[in-house]
Amino acid sequence: MGIEGIGARVARKEDKRFITGAGRYVDDMVVPGMKHAAFVRSPHAHADIKKIDVKAAEAMPGVIGVLTGKQLKADGIGNLICGWMIHSKDGSPMKMGAWSPLAVDRVRYVGDAVVVVVAETKGQARDAAEAVEITYKERKSVSDAVEALGKGAPQLHPEADGNLIFDWGIGDAAATDAALKTAAHITRVNIVNNRLVPNAMEPRAALGHYDKAEDHYTCWTTSQNPHVARLVMSAFYNVAPENKLRVIAPDVGGGFGSKIYIYPEEIVCLWASKKTGVPVKWVADRTESFLTDAHGRDHHTTVEMGFDKNNKIVGLKVDTIANLGAYMSLFSSATPTYLYATLLSGQYNIPAIYGNVRTVYTNTAPVDAYRGAGRPEATFVLERTMEIAARELGVSPAELRRSNFVTAFPHQTPVIMCYDAGDYGTSLDAAMKQADYAGFAKRKAAAAKKGKLRGIGMSCYIEACGIAPSAAVGSLGAGVGLWESAEVRVNAVGTIEVLTGSHSHGQGHETTFAQLVNSRFGVPLDSVSIVHGDTDKVQMGMGTYGSRSGAVGMSAIVKALDKVEAKAKKIAAHLLEADEGDIVIENGQLKVAGTDKNVPWFQMALAAYTAHNLPQGMEPGLKETAFYDPSNFTFPAGCYICEVEIDPETGKTDIVQFVAADDFGNIINPMIVEGQVHGGIAQGVGQALLEGAIYDGSGQLLTASYMDYTMPRADDLPSFQISTSNTPCPGNPLGIKGCGEAGAIGSPPAVINAITDALGHENLTMPATPQKVWAALRSGSKH
Amino acid sequence: MYSVNYHRATSVVDAVKKIKTGDAKYLSGGMTLIPAMKTRLAAPSDLVDLNHIADLKGIKVSGKTVTIGAATTHFDVANDEKLMKVCPALCALASHIGDPAVRHRGTIGGSVANNDPAADYPSALLALGATIVTNKRQLAADKFFKGLFETALKDDEIVTAVTFSAPAKAGYAKFPNPASRYAMTGVFVTKGKEGVRAAVTGAGDDGVFRSKEVEAALTKKFEASALEGVSVPSKNLMADLHASPEYRANLVVVMAKRAVMAANA
Repeated sequence: MGIEGIGARVARKEDKRFITGAGRYVDDMVVPGMKHAAFVRSPHAHADIKKIDVKAAEAMPGVIGVLTGKQLKADGIGNLICGWMIHSKDGSPMKMGAWSPLAVDRVRYVGDAVVVVVAETKGQARDAAEAVEITYKERKSVSDAVEALGKGAPQLHPEADGNLIFDWGIGDAAATDAALKTAAHITRVNIVNNRLVPNAMEPRAALGHYDKAEDHYTCWTTSQNPHVARLVMSAFYNVAPENKLRVIAPDVGGGFGSKIYIYPEEIVCLWASKKTGVPVKWVADRTESFLTDAHGRDHHTTVEMGFDKNNKIVGLKVDTIANLGAYMSLFSSATPTYLYATLLSGQYNIPAIYGNVRTVYTNTAPVDAYRGAGRPEATFVLERTMEIAARELGVSPAELRRSNFVTAFPHQTPVIMCYDAGDYGTSLDAAMKQADYAGFAKRKAAAAKKGKLRGIGMSCYIEACGIAPSAAVGSLGAGVGLWESAEVRVNAVGTIEVLTGSHSHGQGHETTFAQLVNSRFGVPLDSVSIVHGDTDKVQMGMGTYGSRSGAVGMSAIVKALDKVEAKAKKIAAHLLEADEGDIVIENGQLKVAGTDKNVPWFQMALAAYTAHNLPQGMEPGLKETAFYDPSNFTFPAGCYICEVEIDPETGKTDIVQFVAADDFGNIINPMIVEGQVHGGIAQGVGQALLEGAIYDGSGQLLTASYMDYTMPRADDLPSFQISTSNTPCPGNPLGIKGCGEAGAIGSPPAVINAITDALGHENLTMPATPQKVWAALRSGSKH
Repeated sequence: MYSVNYHRATSVVDAVKKIKTGDAKYLSGGMTLIPAMKTRLAAPSDLVDLNHIADLKGIKVSGKTVTIGAATTHFDVANDEKLMKVCPALCALASHIGDPAVRHRGTIGGSVANNDPAADYPSALLALGATIVTNKRQLAADKFFKGLFETALKDDEIVTAVTFSAPAKAGYAKFPNPASRYAMTGVFVTKGKEGVRAAVTGAGDDGVFRSKEVEAALTKKFEASALEGVSVPSKNLMADLHASPEYRANLVVVMAKRAVMAANA
């Protein structure tokens, strides 16, 4: 490890501009002649649009255009789609309802976009939006997924009878039922996974610019995957063909999944730019973010886990109802299926598993992948169940887990996944030691003397990152491949540009990707630039989500670097009159191994471009491209332990200790990994203690601002004690597993297991607010 | 925010004159009004800023008598050395209002005139038996706070100061709303010449109120132990996402205990 190479705690190159306010976000972009858009949104959860009168709005000062869904349809703009086909158990395809970027005859959730106003200023656009008169006829609405499946629930889409989108199964139902019949003990749990609002620091934004002379569109947008945005907007929404559409995702202030998807607003800004003849910018305000960013989670699940007389798991049966909101967002079907139920084996040997998932339309914001995406839901199901089972069986939660751990690899689970490597016992031991698990009873007694209730809980999670390979996901219904691309350009003086299909929206790629190049060629970090986020600069790529940029994105860079290295060695061998097999790269020089003969990196690069003295037949230049398609998912895993103290008078829970022992495989920059774990745990603790999106009976979002939606703050969190054990991933050249989501996946069950330990019963749902914990202390009933 | 005309008042008389412009509102820190305007929930045509009127600023302590100018910021109340000597509970209360930005902008007059049901100051002034001084008259706190965002203030009436006699003992404890961090229930208790007073903010469905049950218990003995087993009725307490009336009733007693402990500390 060099001081800037793989494994070094290098400060993030990009932070200088971020912390000095010099980042360049979509809202910082200004195009000559640019105007501003405001959307008129539905105030109703479910209603027919009877009449839209735009006359008064059109007459308002500064108004350039007031456009409706009818006009949008007339121009051939397509409906938004879900890009992952799921088939129900009976073989029928999922029932996708139509989602027009601007609603035409019906609105299905509060915030549904109906009309767009373009005006000289943002204020004028808003003023005019208020003057648009829309006559609605309200319909009965439903926001709860279980109710939406019930008799008498209002029907949202004609395509989906009874609001059921699909009824899907995974695993072997008969074998699981048979296994549960033999069980000596069955633990049964009902689990609700609360709905969350992503709350990226930067709200969504789009700037659409149609250039009439070139018949060409440019879209600046807050995207985690600008190439996918271009592909989908071209292929499905008929905005423009790919060669006439450039999508730029500049600095993006957090995504957490919510900026993967293509939303109505970017499509409408592009279309409206052509329609009005001016570049059109829209930036969401915080209320729009709450109402219209794709929400996360929202599952209702029943679990049955059977154990034999030796406390070995014999079978697991899971039945889940997942709320997908009013429309199917881009990857909404994959999240509660292949990203969820495929992880139901956890870290355990489970011979028989069956998972049934029904997805449902409701009059709420669309729900899609949010940090962890299906894996937090699976982990919460399993790790709550394991803890409850241990309490029912009267055995140590740690030992119940340990005795069921998978210990031999590769391990084929009954739910598709084949785990390649792992060492779950090591993480469990590390976490228990760090947490002084053995000393808990003493701490509990000390807390009791102060009038506090102390509890401890753990969670042993596994997740799957770098979702792949493309052929496999294609066979499961994905509309895209899940590879990544890279291009490495060595300039004539030896500096390097890496063009990547990954997209950084906080991850630190500009630093970690450069560290990889430094490790390979000895070029200083300052001489390596990472280019991303622009479809005109970077070849087709798939973007960043699911902790894939290390495992998949960097692997593509490795492949391109391999090619660069091979050519560089050929050139050096030629210059040094040596055999190319004898050339090694060390400290920024290409050397003949075992001698002092060398050519500096920059001289080799110059030779490649002067082309005065290259090997016979070699093309000038030094630039290579690679596409990398992984052979398997990667499987980060770990053990989290949470210790809480509850104030019984108020119900307030304080996390007094939080230990995370993760196995992320090889690590590029430990500091950045720690930052990811800290942020992930903060979000997980947020879900467990604080956050929850609540719709009232009429479909209004009650938690639509920070006055009512509780974000985690620094004083809600302890100092985390984190460590890593690194079992390299055998599936990719760097041995990386991914670390972006683990914190959010592993922490919620650890927190709830700790609180229920303190309470002495299981009757508690997330978020465990002071009011709920106070009430739970008084109820005392069992789950 | 809709467009709005801004006027800086140079004196109370000037402010009263300027408030007659259009649909004008007084601005005294704006920690509630400006966010409401930003989300277009409030739309005054004109703002008359009271924050630059020198007469409205500052804290005077004379013996036990405290007078705080209406345009005095929370930060200045929290850090006033003379006030700290006679009524540290009020300094502590001010030091926990909002965040540093709010404490440097928000003022006691603005808070009192707005009478947000979850604001901290109204409970203190009610428990202190304070007098609210306006450009027209002097009003006892018991008469001033009328209900949710309602006070006895007339349209052009301006709070110029609040004044009270520092009690022998005073303490405040609040349980913040997890999301907004406003008081979900806050209790200010005092023990002075006139006896014990306990005022509750954040909990009443008609705004700040005095708790008879807490006052009765603490009159017997001004100790947290006096509140063991005491309960307050949940009727007339607020219900929202974060707290039921029953939970708030519990918090009234718990916060009262903690306020008494702070007062006796």
